[in-house]
Amino acid sequence: MDLQEIKKGRKLLNEYKYEKKNLYRGYTDKTLHINISNNEIIEKDVPQEMKDKFLGGKGYGMRYLWDAVTPETKWDSEENEIIVAVGPVGGITQYPGSGKSLVCTISPMTDIPIDSNVGGYFGPYLKFSGFDALEIQGKADRDVIIIIDGKEKTVRIEEAPLEAVDGHVLGEQLTNMYANTESEKRLVSVITAGTAAEHTRIGILNFTFYDLRRKTARMKQAGRGGIGTVFRNKKIKAVVVIAEEVKGDLNNAFDQSIINEMGIKLHREVAHNDHLQNNMRKIGTAHIIEIMDAYDLLPVHNFQYGSHPDTKKIESKVFIRDYCTQNMPDGCWYGCSVACSKAADNFELKTGPYKGHKVVVDGPEYENAAGVGANCGIFDPHAVLELNFYCDTYGIDTISYGTLTAFAMECYERGIINKEITGGLDLKFGNADASLELIHQMAKGEGFGLIAGQGVHRMKKLFVEKYGADAAFLEDIGAEQKGLEYSQYMSKESLAQQGGYGLTNKGPQHDEAWLIFMDMINNQIPTFENKAEALHYFPMFRTWFGLLGLCKLPWNDIVPANNSETEEPAKIQEHVDNYHKLYYGITGTKIDSAEMIRQSERVYNFQRIFNIRMGKGLRKNDKTPYRTMGPVTKEEYLSRESNYEKQMNELGFDLSGKSVEEKIAMLRKHRENQYEQLTDAVYKRRGWTMNGVPTPEKLRDLGMDLPELLEVIKPYL
Amino acid sequence: MLLNNRIFEHYSKDMTISDVIEVMHFTYPRLVVKVNGRLIQKWEYNSTILNENDDVKIHHLLAGG
Repeated sequence: MDLQEIKKGRKLLNEYKYEKKNLYRGYTDKTLHINISNNEIIEKDVPQEMKDKFLGGKGYGMRYLWDAVTPETKWDSEENEIIVAVGPVGGITQYPGSGKSLVCTISPMTDIPIDSNVGGYFGPYLKFSGFDALEIQGKADRDVIIIIDGKEKTVRIEEAPLEAVDGHVLGEQLTNMYANTESEKRLVSVITAGTAAEHTRIGILNFTFYDLRRKTARMKQAGRGGIGTVFRNKKIKAVVVIAEEVKGDLNNAFDQSIINEMGIKLHREVAHNDHLQNNMRKIGTAHIIEIMDAYDLLPVHNFQYGSHPDTKKIESKVFIRDYCTQNMPDGCWYGCSVACSKAADNFELKTGPYKGHKVVVDGPEYENAAGVGANCGIFDPHAVLELNFYCDTYGIDTISYGTLTAFAMECYERGIINKEITGGLDLKFGNADASLELIHQMAKGEGFGLIAGQGVHRMKKLFVEKYGADAAFLEDIGAEQKGLEYSQYMSKESLAQQGGYGLTNKGPQHDEAWLIFMDMINNQIPTFENKAEALHYFPMFRTWFGLLGLCKLPWNDIVPANNSETEEPAKIQEHVDNYHKLYYGITGTKIDSAEMIRQSERVYNFQRIFNIRMGKGLRKNDKTPYRTMGPVTKEEYLSRESNYEKQMNELGFDLSGKSVEEKIAMLRKHRENQYEQLTDAVYKRRGWTMNGVPTPEKLRDLGMDLPELLEVIKPYL
Repeated sequence: MLLNNRIFEHYSKDMTISDVIEVMHFTYPRLVVKVNGRLIQKWEYNSTILNENDDVKIHHLLAGG
């Protein structure tokens, strides 16, 4: 439809004019609060205490969300908010990976707070338009679009009945609508969801960034926890931000020269080392597909196995050779020389409403290929990219989609569900056509897509209650915890990674602690105390990126040439030092590693108590399905029989005369006990009770003994 | 010989670092190798012959996640 026609359908609901406050040392100290129930638009000052304790990004998101909701609030309650926030470093253009936004809401998957980080231009543009954070509360009666115009200094809420919903179409429509020239398109960024976000709980938000060379609005995703589902439930079609300009000094830093110096240093490292290290500039995170397979860590057939002979068909060089355009500056924010946001151009779709269209597919990233590919037994690179594309444009999470489809496929193959239940879908592992049909059903809100789109947690319940499935078996094989699907790593043979998934705040996502190699291969953290130290340090360290507006990848996907000579190579101390300097350069406040960890601990413990407030966040919520800890079935056991028997022999188990079933039970008892001991050690290291509750002493030590937190934990002490 | 603090069962006389990497299928390119605490550079992998009592560390600096 013509843009002018689309615009004619618009109806202005409210317009708010504001005076733009310029940034000072990375902050505007203003938050934009929009209530789409009553169309109220207000500005809020950010108090100094909030800056001191919560820093920015996810810290702001968690604080605002806490204040907005009650323990009774559900994901679709009117008072639930979606908060988008950047941190003080976010938006600098000198240091790679400095354009991340953090998005928080009460999740439809977990019923507790979720946070998801995302690239694209929106977050920095929001800050340059005058706001450190955006809070959206309420629910509209009809579809609306919010426009934050940093040029005109206005915020508008408009009814928008005629615009598309799918991400790639709507992103393009609105980018074209709010830019007069090709170069102005760079100054527009749009948040969208997609049609499947309306019918499932696994909705995502797409954040656009205009690619001048490709002349298209590309998208990065805030993927985890169903934020796009909340977005569409509120009847928001899109949020648009229009920046006045982009320059390297807009953060008005304390000392710009420090930032410039750190940036130049890292750009040199990337230029000299990337091709010798991870090839991020060629293929992004997909470079580990074949590595995971080689080390038996690539999830195959719903996390049953760790490798497959057909992985070679979807290894990174296939995508480099046949699909992803090379030598493009694929950064999702200005100045990112890591440039890992690869894309397949002129990709012709074979199915669905866009069949025959030639599109740009943003991907594949590792999680896409492992999730919608290997974990579902699909080793067809075209199908992987097509599923990747439809997940994005329909607005659903590739990670959850991959894991829940793999779960449904295993249930189908084991006869727990059948064609009658799937509406004729032949959900065998490897059936790409069935997976594509399933995703189209999710977008249309029909058939088995509606059931699967509720996620593994709810599918388990339904299969037990309606179809008489064995509850204990489904608990074992369903890769979810707290309601969120596991991301795509096999944690069976790494106790530390089981903790890296299980002992998290939001659910089993790998962005807190990824310890598989340190633990399983390198054997660097052999004791419970060693593992607990890693499960304290790394989650806290990585939380910091989400407070500041930074991407994790330039920390350890590129490392200094002499990193191996340092005392603790896994920490990449030189890059940690860079972050201390960046923080000082922006804010004028010096920090060291200890203070960096304490900054994160404040928010991490706040989020933990937030979980308790919402009814989760205790030890019982940190238990993990046995599929992620060891072999559930005979086939899984036999696939690694010699390893398991060796382990049990070393542990002094008497295996003589034991059946496979008995051996599985012995191993399970041992591993579950190990996980409990690990949980004890981690809780102790984090300053929590053995029930997983942060203690008043810990909160006092962090300066977080806030009355509202103490009140929540009191009944559990 | 110890490899990453575990007894290395595939040890044989005159084995080099390159041999260990091959036997173990360590395909990842970013390895940090130390023998008895001494850092071994990549160009030394073929020429570094291991003894039965050596303490070998081959650490993967895999980023992931």
